[in-house]
Amino acid sequence: MKTTKLLSTQHMVFLGLAMTAMCFAPMFLKTYGLYLLSLWLVYVIAAMGLNLTVGYAGLKSLCHAGFMGVGAYTVAIMMKAGISFWIASPVAIVICFVLGLAIGFPALRVQLHYLGFATLGFNLLLVLFFRNEEWLTGGTFGIQNIKRPDFFGMTLESNTSFYFLVLAVTIVFGVLLALLLRSPWGRAFAALRDNPIRAESTGVNITAYTLMSFAVGAAYAGIAGALFAPLVNFIEPAPFGISNSLLFLMMVVIGGSGRFYGPVLGAAIALLLPEYLRFLKDWYLAVFGFTAVAMMIWLPGGLLSMKEAWQLSQAKRAAKQKQIAEAAAVASGKGAAA
Amino acid sequence: MSILAVHDIKKSYGAIQAVGGVSFDVEPGEILGVIGPNGSGKTTLFNSILGQIKPDNGTVEFEGKDISGGSPLELSRLGVGRTFQNLQVFGKLSLRDNLILAAQEHTGTFWRRMFAPPDNGLAERAQEMLDLFRLNHVADLPAGSLSYGQQKLVDIAMAFMPKPRLVLLDEPCAGVNPSLVDGLRELLVELNKKQGGSFVVIEHNMDFIMKLCHRVVCMVEGKVLAVGKPEEIQGNRAVLEAYLGN
Repeated sequence: MKTTKLLSTQHMVFLGLAMTAMCFAPMFLKTYGLYLLSLWLVYVIAAMGLNLTVGYAGLKSLCHAGFMGVGAYTVAIMMKAGISFWIASPVAIVICFVLGLAIGFPALRVQLHYLGFATLGFNLLLVLFFRNEEWLTGGTFGIQNIKRPDFFGMTLESNTSFYFLVLAVTIVFGVLLALLLRSPWGRAFAALRDNPIRAESTGVNITAYTLMSFAVGAAYAGIAGALFAPLVNFIEPAPFGISNSLLFLMMVVIGGSGRFYGPVLGAAIALLLPEYLRFLKDWYLAVFGFTAVAMMIWLPGGLLSMKEAWQLSQAKRAAKQKQIAEAAAVASGKGAAA
Repeated sequence: MSILAVHDIKKSYGAIQAVGGVSFDVEPGEILGVIGPNGSGKTTLFNSILGQIKPDNGTVEFEGKDISGGSPLELSRLGVGRTFQNLQVFGKLSLRDNLILAAQEHTGTFWRRMFAPPDNGLAERAQEMLDLFRLNHVADLPAGSLSYGQQKLVDIAMAFMPKPRLVLLDEPCAGVNPSLVDGLRELLVELNKKQGGSFVVIEHNMDFIMKLCHRVVCMVEGKVLAVGKPEEIQGNRAVLEAYLGN
């Protein structure tokens, strides 16, 4: 973590170009393309939250889709009751934040895959709740016709206007996360991940930071869910199950766990790669799975670690060549002496 | 009033008694050495004092306040720093960030730190430590990429970063190039004079400990064999027989 400039010139140019591309993208996309782009942004917000918990704080979480479901159902139920999206969304964030705090407590006692299983169980409970509490959630029939919100009298019903809302929220929450990670909290999260024993001996409150990493991560899933419900207009328990929690984890890991742009790239791959592989028909999931396995073998640090992986392999190669050259020099020296 | 008072600390692992009733005091500004053969209970004693393990018996007082059973977090906040026998730096963070991290939780409140500037107002203090430990040239490299000796220095610098009133150093010379040991000793003497804190040092390097410390405690088989000035310990027949040899 650098403590000097917020962004380098290169970084600002890259962000400027990316923002321009995102602003003009709707002009070149049809309905489904725009839907996919909006869904990608929703997944980016959720994965950013998971990256905080898993990538920065080093805690295993497998219930992120469940938190997203809580956000989505909160907004859907409240909007059906006639409450504005602009009130329902903060409520969704707060509920997910509190639930995140609650699920953070097991993390104080168990770690690694044990924590993974504890969170997995929590996700299962949430899905059972969504499925069985029909009076509230509509059960397996779900909640239909979720309207898109208005913004100061301007309707966001069209795909393009809603896309811009999702884009704006993504930018705001991205900036907030960047500021959080740049603050002393970001450094404390990294300490928690790298060496909790040493962290505690330097005064880092392990309990507080563990709970906050879960709570803030869950709040991000909450806002993603709050946007997901009006985006798809219909929600049911399936998208918030364990398989999607694993998908979110994959987004974080494939993009680059603990790297700010990791979830952006990971979400794009997890969402768009299956779409581009559809020409393979029944084989597309198998190819997608093998691609993921191959990436984990050769790039365990995620796609954004590619440069470092390349530098490391070059350094190893140079060291090996040096070793061979030294061995050859010793051998020729002995030969000359003989 | 002594800054640290350890009374009758006992710790057993099953039938093995690692520490068997150790007591000693540390005066303000004093550097106290703790020596003894491997397995004499020095690190267990350290971990008992610092709340890393729970002793079976005994009390620990810091500046007259009973801190027995206090967590490492509470002790750190009270002003007790420590280094570890094995390297314990944050490998992925830069050396500068390691230093800032070592003190950031001692400034401001938990919530205020969320909105605080990245260095939490500690950039100057970190620079001071970098200058003192001559680590300026590697300040922005990941701590994990530094040599063992440099990481050892980082570990020590981190312990002193929040200006603690008591620092416990567990084998600071272990793994450090012998040519750098004198420099490390001078550094600790300088820190002792500048910051005025008290140090407790576990070390096997006798030359280092005898030149650095004001008093030395010798432990054997979990018990205190002798306490005294370095020259007294060096001349103590029981210590010579049990640990120092001829």
